[in-house]
Amino acid sequence: MSSVVSTRPAAIDVRGIVKTFGAFTAVKGVSFSVQEGEVFGLLGPNGAGKSTLIRILTTLLLPTAGSARVNGKDVVREANAVRRAIGVIPQAMTSDLELSVEENLAIFAKLYGVARAERERHIEELLAAVELLQWRKAPVKNLSGGMRRRVEIARGLVHQPQIFFLDEPTTGLDPVSRVAVWEMIRKIKGERGLTILLTTHYMDEADRLCDRIAIVDHGELKALDSPLKLKASIPGRNLLDVSFSAAPPGWQARLASLPEVESVTGHDEVFRISTRNGPQTTLALMEAAAGAGIDVASLSVQSTTLDDVFVHYTGRALRDALQEANPLDRGPVLRRG
Amino acid sequence: MERTWAIVERELRRFRRSPTLIFVSLIFPVVQLVVLGYAFGGVVKHLRLAVVDQDHGVPAVRIRELAAAAASGAKTVDVVDYTDPGRALQDLRDGHVNGVLTIPPDFSRRMLAKDDPRVALIEDNTDNFVSAALAGTLSGLVSAYDSATSAPRVPQQATLEVVEVYPYVPYIQYLLPGSIVMSIFMMVMIGGGIIFIDDKARGLHEGYLVTPISKLELIAGFNISGTLKAVLSGTALMIVGSLVAGIPNPLEPLRLLRLFLVVVVTAFALISMMFLMMVRVSDPLLPRAVFGVLNTLLYFPSGAVYPQQGFPRWMQVLAVVDPFTYAVHAFKTLLLKDTGLGAIGFDLLFLAVFSVLTMAAATRLFRRTL
Repeated sequence: MSSVVSTRPAAIDVRGIVKTFGAFTAVKGVSFSVQEGEVFGLLGPNGAGKSTLIRILTTLLLPTAGSARVNGKDVVREANAVRRAIGVIPQAMTSDLELSVEENLAIFAKLYGVARAERERHIEELLAAVELLQWRKAPVKNLSGGMRRRVEIARGLVHQPQIFFLDEPTTGLDPVSRVAVWEMIRKIKGERGLTILLTTHYMDEADRLCDRIAIVDHGELKALDSPLKLKASIPGRNLLDVSFSAAPPGWQARLASLPEVESVTGHDEVFRISTRNGPQTTLALMEAAAGAGIDVASLSVQSTTLDDVFVHYTGRALRDALQEANPLDRGPVLRRG
Repeated sequence: MERTWAIVERELRRFRRSPTLIFVSLIFPVVQLVVLGYAFGGVVKHLRLAVVDQDHGVPAVRIRELAAAAASGAKTVDVVDYTDPGRALQDLRDGHVNGVLTIPPDFSRRMLAKDDPRVALIEDNTDNFVSAALAGTLSGLVSAYDSATSAPRVPQQATLEVVEVYPYVPYIQYLLPGSIVMSIFMMVMIGGGIIFIDDKARGLHEGYLVTPISKLELIAGFNISGTLKAVLSGTALMIVGSLVAGIPNPLEPLRLLRLFLVVVVTAFALISMMFLMMVRVSDPLLPRAVFGVLNTLLYFPSGAVYPQQGFPRWMQVLAVVDPFTYAVHAFKTLLLKDTGLGAIGFDLLFLAVFSVLTMAAATRLFRRTL
């Protein structure tokens, strides 16, 4: 596992955090730090320990062992100072459905003790930022899922926090709303210079939003780096999926001997080739097929994805892990990762 | 303090936009007051009384005349004449009549001979209310017969003269104090119990817990908002119920003010108790499941429907710690006796101390983390 070296102070510093629920250990000695202004992602399936970690960092759960500092304050001993510095968007939609967008924001501004003079200005700015100005008087129950999520984002920022926690911010949203929320997060982050920690089990979300990603599985940190470096850290930077008109005897071994190839899997006339250099291997592949007198029926070249990274570090595909995860097995407080 | 008021504001805004909740919490106690008040408060009438006259002498005719008078006057009984005692008894068993008055063949002879004359009432005692009404009516009838036949100039027996301090109190008025407390409790149960746990299950409380609000501010916010909602419910029922039950001078300002004070203190006591009970609960089914049990445990031992003096010992002990007892007593005193605050000082003191203790315990037990 590599890490970013920075001279900036850590906005979040987690050291050896352990959390147990009875005999079950949800988080097993996790350590990492998040730099100021960074977008940091915790990526993993349900039950991996992501939400437990985020709840510890947002003072909702006490750690069993280890320590964590958020904005320089200890999450246990200086919990109220931490609460003033952070904005939190829980996974569940928790806005009051009967209240209007503006009322939801105003109530939370009061809960955070925002002075009356600043309150209206902040709400105005935030509604503009999340593009809900024209819906300010609408009851939240009349809004779509994506719009409700934007209300929650605005609500979490109403006291102008330095650090923003988002627990699976796009779970349950349709693809269009997901993209809209991503854009909203990027825009707000840029305008306000926020440090953001988010949890997700969407590879594309982590890839598109995060400066660095920590892969979490079974309560352990499996890998931590930028998306690019994580992809580069695993063998096989390109995958070639190729099918031939025929496969002569020894053809798989012949493919494995092509330049830069790391592994070949397949059956009949269809093969998947993992290579360190996609273009060079593709060229050699075409020449080898011509030399053997067979045709290339189809060929596609894929770059390494975070899914490959996840498989590499955890030994299983994330989508399989998501299907395996049964939140009922992990008790009520662990129902969300 | 601003955080506490933010909670209050949030709860009240939601409440204002839930007219169904307001309606439901008011309608049950009103229906209960009217139905129970008139069902239990009425006089039993038109009981079918079989009269079997086997004597036919003048004294027997006099007894029958008195029975006929009771039938046409108070209408407690409707007299049905039978000649066959066997048939009358069969009809009693079949439920066609409620009782059989038998005048035996030697009644007139014994009457004239002053030889222990008797008439017999055979009654269906499977219904205590009916049998008591029949026995009462016929005892009065026999007494009337005795006084008419042998009234001395100077009464030879001591008599009790009853003087009532207050005007006659119909049962619906007797029931009203309990119904007011019930309306407060309904709102406490729905607004303070069920909605509180539902919000917790929906994750709404996580939103509170990540803010710098203190435990006391949070509990105070819930308690104040719950109290305000319950006060609204209790006040509405107090006024509507007083008009329905026919309380004299129901809108007299000073009494209304005293009643309002009791509503406020009761609401605060019950909401504090409810939060203490729900502070560690997270299952939304639980408040719904305990609602009926809690209702029974608090309402009936309080003396709202029946005097506590008639309770067994264990229930009297329950009544002593039941906040309903003090609230019902205070409302009863103000509504039915129209006294000042001095008469309900202990009730108010108990409810205030109860509120402080339960709220302190709830604050202590409240978990600031999940």
